[in-house]
Amino acid sequence: MTGLVIRRLAVGMFVLWGAVTLMFALLRMAPGDPATLMLGPDATSAEVDALRTELGLDRGVFAQYLTYLGQIARLDFGDSYRFNLPAMDVVLDRLQATVELTVTATVIAAVAGLTLGMLAGYRPNGRLDRTVSGLTILLQGMPTFWVGIMLVLLFSATLHLLPSSSVGTPQHMIMPAVTLSLPFTAIVARIARTSVVDSMQEPYVQTAYSKGLSRFQVLTGHVLRNSLTPVVTIIGLQMGALLGGAVIVENVFAWPGLGSLIVESVANRDYSVVQAAVLLIAAVVVVLNLLADLSYSLLDPRIRTGGNR
Amino acid sequence: MTAAGPLIEARDLSVHLPGAETMTPVIDKVDFTVGEGRTTGLIGESGSGKTMIASAVIGLLPEAATVSGELRLRDEELLTAGEKRRRNLRGHEIAMIFQDPLSALNPAQRIGRQVGEILRRDGLPRGEVDRAVVGLLDQAGIPDPERRMRAYPHQFSGGMRQRAMIALALAGSPSLVLADEPTTALDVTVQARILRLLASIQAARGMSMLLVSHDLRVMSHVSHDLVVLYAGRVCERGPTKRVLGRPRHPYTKALLASVPAVREASVPADPLPGAPANPMARPSGCAFHPRCPLARERCKVEVPLAREIEPGRFSACHFAEEVTP
Ligand SMILES: Nc1ncnc2c1ncn2[C@@H]1O[C@H](COP(=O)(O)OP(=O)(O)O)[C@@H](O)[C@H]1O
Ligand code: SF4
Ligand SMILES: [Mg+2]
Repeated sequence: MTGLVIRRLAVGMFVLWGAVTLMFALLRMAPGDPATLMLGPDATSAEVDALRTELGLDRGVFAQYLTYLGQIARLDFGDSYRFNLPAMDVVLDRLQATVELTVTATVIAAVAGLTLGMLAGYRPNGRLDRTVSGLTILLQGMPTFWVGIMLVLLFSATLHLLPSSSVGTPQHMIMPAVTLSLPFTAIVARIARTSVVDSMQEPYVQTAYSKGLSRFQVLTGHVLRNSLTPVVTIIGLQMGALLGGAVIVENVFAWPGLGSLIVESVANRDYSVVQAAVLLIAAVVVVLNLLADLSYSLLDPRIRTGGNR
Repeated sequence: MTAAGPLIEARDLSVHLPGAETMTPVIDKVDFTVGEGRTTGLIGESGSGKTMIASAVIGLLPEAATVSGELRLRDEELLTAGEKRRRNLRGHEIAMIFQDPLSALNPAQRIGRQVGEILRRDGLPRGEVDRAVVGLLDQAGIPDPERRMRAYPHQFSGGMRQRAMIALALAGSPSLVLADEPTTALDVTVQARILRLLASIQAARGMSMLLVSHDLRVMSHVSHDLVVLYAGRVCERGPTKRVLGRPRHPYTKALLASVPAVREASVPADPLPGAPANPMARPSGCAFHPRCPLARERCKVEVPLAREIEPGRFSACHFAEEVTP
């Protein structure tokens, strides 16, 4: 168990390094230069050169990369060109909004997905199963930004029920969180359905029936718990993907989280902020995946209590 | 038959499964009884329909299956009883012990919880359920039941799991226990002990048991009556001692010959020639005719009906009288 955690953390460190390196390379390849952007179109080339030297941009890319890695190792993520603040402070300032959004979306997806999956798996190939299956295909096929815009058109522009953007009240949360959760709900529902159907084939289900339990009692008393492991795992794994979806959703709904910060910062070549945000997201994904792995052992007494007798 | 009437009586019991084109009778017009306080052994090769019959009795056939004929518990016809009634009988009147005790127990629940579930659902208070579970585990020969009831199935050995399964089946004080190859998945050394346990519990509780096995030696020790199954049909049935002492069907005789004498437990002396018939694609006439030494033309065309050869003994062979001891 401890060995597993250590192994996964080592892999996680490698993933973080990869994410940082890739982001560093991509940003330097992108056209446009922060000094030019910061000083505006009227600046002279001497002024731009001076700023470039000040920011260390005149040195070779590889030298910049090594310096950057060294800084990260000391948990120094550089400063934001735009805000004149430590980059990580800018990022953490926006983190809460993203966490609220993704956690809400995850809860919606977990509850709705599990419910749909159980309804579908209750009678495989029944009418309910076919309905849910069609619904999940639909949910997964619709692009997030399109769903977001449609919801805004329907609930804000036409029905005037919900605010179209920004934060403040729980009503502000509804549309972004639902938009973000829809494809996730579909995935959870599909996994839950498969898991329920598989578990229903297990011999211990026959034993449960032989005690005189009804189908519903068998499902809730025996199958549900045994179907949960893949569902929890997929939730943990998909929360990472959810952060990717959050970037889009935040921009559609002007949600002031990490996603919109990243887009603004890329537009302004605010390298340090982009890198700090990506690093943070990658770290969160690594931790979530680790938790998903560990959830196996928490849910399955065969692993939790160790050994085969 | 004994003085007490049968607890279970099956007449013309058939189970149809969807075949290539039509519904096919995997179980074809089977007759048998399980006497009050007695054990009936159901023997047949793998695939002969033993599990299917046990499933029909407890009412847990695959969804695609249809069942017909008569199946009575005391005076009650089960096949026409409502699903609610059948469910109430399950566990309380008819319980089942499954072949593989590991997969038949829920891996995520403690043993005690699984054994006591039926009592808990019957509304017994927690303390009484726990006390009953300890008693049941003890009766099933599990040492230190107060502690072991908190273990998970994977923490038990194969034999202990089957003992837990037996305790689980006994929890509802059933009149009939269906034991589907209860020792097949176990170590040889444990098999005999589990069988003795089942036999002694059956006798002590005065309950009835339908014991399913492909092992004739198991049957000769435990079952009072024997039903010999071939390709979903009954070949012969009657009191075990008399059936094994003087078979009245060529298949029973061949089965007996294929079992090595108990003393010299070695390879089968005279293995049955040919492959077992598939009940989904039964040979014409007598299903056993391709393998039968006594077979002749009539056997290929005419399905032999069960005849009472002597009181309490039935054989479904056209030439039952010709079967030599
Ligand atoms: N769920 C099922 N669906 C279709 N056919 C089945 C199913 N279970 C068993 N069968 C068929 O029914 C026959 C009897 O099977 P079974 O009762 O399990 O035999 P046994 O227990 O004697 O080994 C077999 O030929 C098998 O192919
Ligand atoms: S009916 Fe014919 S084939 Fe069948 S067992 Fe008797 S002799 Fe053999
Ligand atoms: Mg079987």
